[in-house]
Amino acid sequence: MTRKFKLDQDQAPLYEALKQYRKKRMVSFDVPGHKQGRGNPELTEFLGRDAMSVDVNSMSMLDNLIHPVGVIKEAQKLAADAFGADSAFFMTNGTTSAVQAMVLSTVNPGEKIIMPRNVHRSAIYALILSRAIPVYVDPGVDENLGIPLGMSLEHVNKAIEENPDAKAILVNNPTYYGICPNLKAIVEMAHQAELKVLVDEAHGTHFYFEQKAPLSAMDAGADMAAISTHKTGGSLTQSSILLTGPNMADDLGYIRQIINLTLTTSSSYLLLSSLDITRRYLALQGEKIYQRVLEYANYARREINHIGGFYAFGNSEINGDSFYDFDQTKLSIHTRSMGLAGIEVYDILRDEYQIQVEFGDLSNILAILSIGDRPVAIERLLAALADIKRRFGKTEDHLSVNEYIKPKVVMSPGQAFYAKAKQIPLDQTLGKVCTEFVMCYPPGIPILAPGEEVTSQVLEYIHYAKAKGSSMTGAEDLAIEKLNVLDQE
Amino acid sequence: MTTWFSESYTSDVNFTFKVQQIYSAKSKFQKIEVFETKDFGRVLVMDDRIMLTEKDEQIYHEMIVHVPLAVHTNAQDVLIIGGGDGGALRELTRYKTLATIDMVEIDSMVPDVAQEYFPKVAGNFLDSRFNLMIADGLKYVRSTQKKYDLILVDSTDPFGPGESLFTREFYGNCYDILREDGVLVNQHESPYYKSDAREVKSIYEKTISIFPIDKLYQAHIPTYPSGHWLFGFLSKKYDPLRDLQVEQWSALDLETFYYNLDLHRGSFALPNYVLKLIDKI
Repeated sequence: MTRKFKLDQDQAPLYEALKQYRKKRMVSFDVPGHKQGRGNPELTEFLGRDAMSVDVNSMSMLDNLIHPVGVIKEAQKLAADAFGADSAFFMTNGTTSAVQAMVLSTVNPGEKIIMPRNVHRSAIYALILSRAIPVYVDPGVDENLGIPLGMSLEHVNKAIEENPDAKAILVNNPTYYGICPNLKAIVEMAHQAELKVLVDEAHGTHFYFEQKAPLSAMDAGADMAAISTHKTGGSLTQSSILLTGPNMADDLGYIRQIINLTLTTSSSYLLLSSLDITRRYLALQGEKIYQRVLEYANYARREINHIGGFYAFGNSEINGDSFYDFDQTKLSIHTRSMGLAGIEVYDILRDEYQIQVEFGDLSNILAILSIGDRPVAIERLLAALADIKRRFGKTEDHLSVNEYIKPKVVMSPGQAFYAKAKQIPLDQTLGKVCTEFVMCYPPGIPILAPGEEVTSQVLEYIHYAKAKGSSMTGAEDLAIEKLNVLDQE
Repeated sequence: MTTWFSESYTSDVNFTFKVQQIYSAKSKFQKIEVFETKDFGRVLVMDDRIMLTEKDEQIYHEMIVHVPLAVHTNAQDVLIIGGGDGGALRELTRYKTLATIDMVEIDSMVPDVAQEYFPKVAGNFLDSRFNLMIADGLKYVRSTQKKYDLILVDSTDPFGPGESLFTREFYGNCYDILREDGVLVNQHESPYYKSDAREVKSIYEKTISIFPIDKLYQAHIPTYPSGHWLFGFLSKKYDPLRDLQVEQWSALDLETFYYNLDLHRGSFALPNYVLKLIDKI
């Protein structure tokens, strides 16, 4: 939606302060030791003098992220206004840290949090740190597409009714594939039960600036949202924003403390200034930019579906519930319909066409369109897909279908992660309780999380995904030939 | 006003000559300039790179057209990707046997400027067999239903508007729209300066994995970087030397500035350093 701003979004206080700092030609007897780049000529040549000259330490004129009282505070206020939030916190440890801050500041050790199982690994990491107990909601699966969906209201309602002691619910808006749940209804339901609503909006920055986009967390009345401005918004990698709604107004000091537990005390001003400049750019130009992105994405979807074999799904999949809305800038392309696993197409695109897409899973690839796209790149992707179809396309679909594996949770992730464990060969783990993570990355959604039982379905999936060339991560043994399981002797 | 124009061949090497600018404009895709010069006649420059000069343009255009058509003498339908200056078109129109000549040029300003300032090069746009499409070349080869006997990739360099014409997906889709005995000829950059040589290698690595026959040939084009220029002869069936149709082509009795049948054969003999570049020795 297009919002009316309360503040003058033309300002960029942090950016202005850094420019002033540069003009002052300060003599540095503080860190960083490269001292505006002078001490490291090779790095300065590589990154450029301009970048090095603002890679500086916190000081009064530049404020301090762990205790913002000056230009960072003002920049955060502008960001809150731009996103229609009550408050905003700049994050320099990535959106992972924003997701963790949401969980840690609303759920105490031993308390329950409701979440779909297809959350990003960062949310389950947060469970280990917080020792919170997850209540997993089956997100629903589209079996034809082989993708998890966005939770049905019935499932959410059931989880809330069965767990009256739960403190919060975490929602993906959208999922990696661009699928949005009925966020407004979930917020109403959760608030009635006095649950805080936390939204992982890592892939939803543009929801705040584009009229036709799905409803954003803040507009839906959610309490907190983690925004990866670097993902589709154009800021530097690792910079993110944590937004809070009006219900959290009394907790802002506590949230700041929670953030500071794991926040670096030397936040990068390259990251911080990129947030300030990006916020201004999006507030002033976002609508126009994302309309263009949307046009590209819709054009690409039409053309891909015309090529045939592939299926670029979109609004036609909307079902009014677990697929309530769709982020049309996500170009999710189903590949199994022409006999190729997504991960195979992902590899071919990279190795033979020098085209890097966001991820390939067993059934799909995801191409992310954002602020930086141009027609020539889209044409390249389309032509490459047509060529891949000609070279590798098969008619029969002989590939495995089941993608969503219902977890058998035996104990909380925190409890299992810190329990006594032993490492044993993967094939001997059937029926044991896993104490670590296993996931295909990307998308980084766990197949196994600590505290879950290893089932034959899980083992089958791991073998299949490995054979198709998925990169498996999370476990101590990088090759995932061994697994840590609970030592029950 | 007389001034000096320089094209940078590398960061340390320039090619410089005296010019009088008679036209300059910025299209949606590139900067286009026309200069009057003493030694090269009129010169067409795009994004600071010389595209053609009246003095030596015949070399390039004859070599990109007559080499494939002296081999594939049954060709009927021809596609030119790029080539908006009309030079390749001019040479093609001399073959009465061709049925259709389609051109896909991304920048409408190029044919306009060429027709206005280079009438000797761009004099054949009204040929009844000719069809000009202002469109993206990559998109065209991906989406057209038409099949071709000959495709000429008469592009600018691998950066700027021509960028997507140097990709695996471009050549893959070209392969798809060529008939069983189709031939594709591409301008293949120069093997001399290091960064150009990298492009030669990169194009060749892509095309050799697609076309069963992929042979390079060379020409001497004084106003292109180093003067030493390559073309690629990519084909599904015909070999450029074994299948050269000496009698048929001679019977056409075409008058040429540069091309002849001996030169055709000789142009496929490459220097060792070029053979090394493409891993042939």
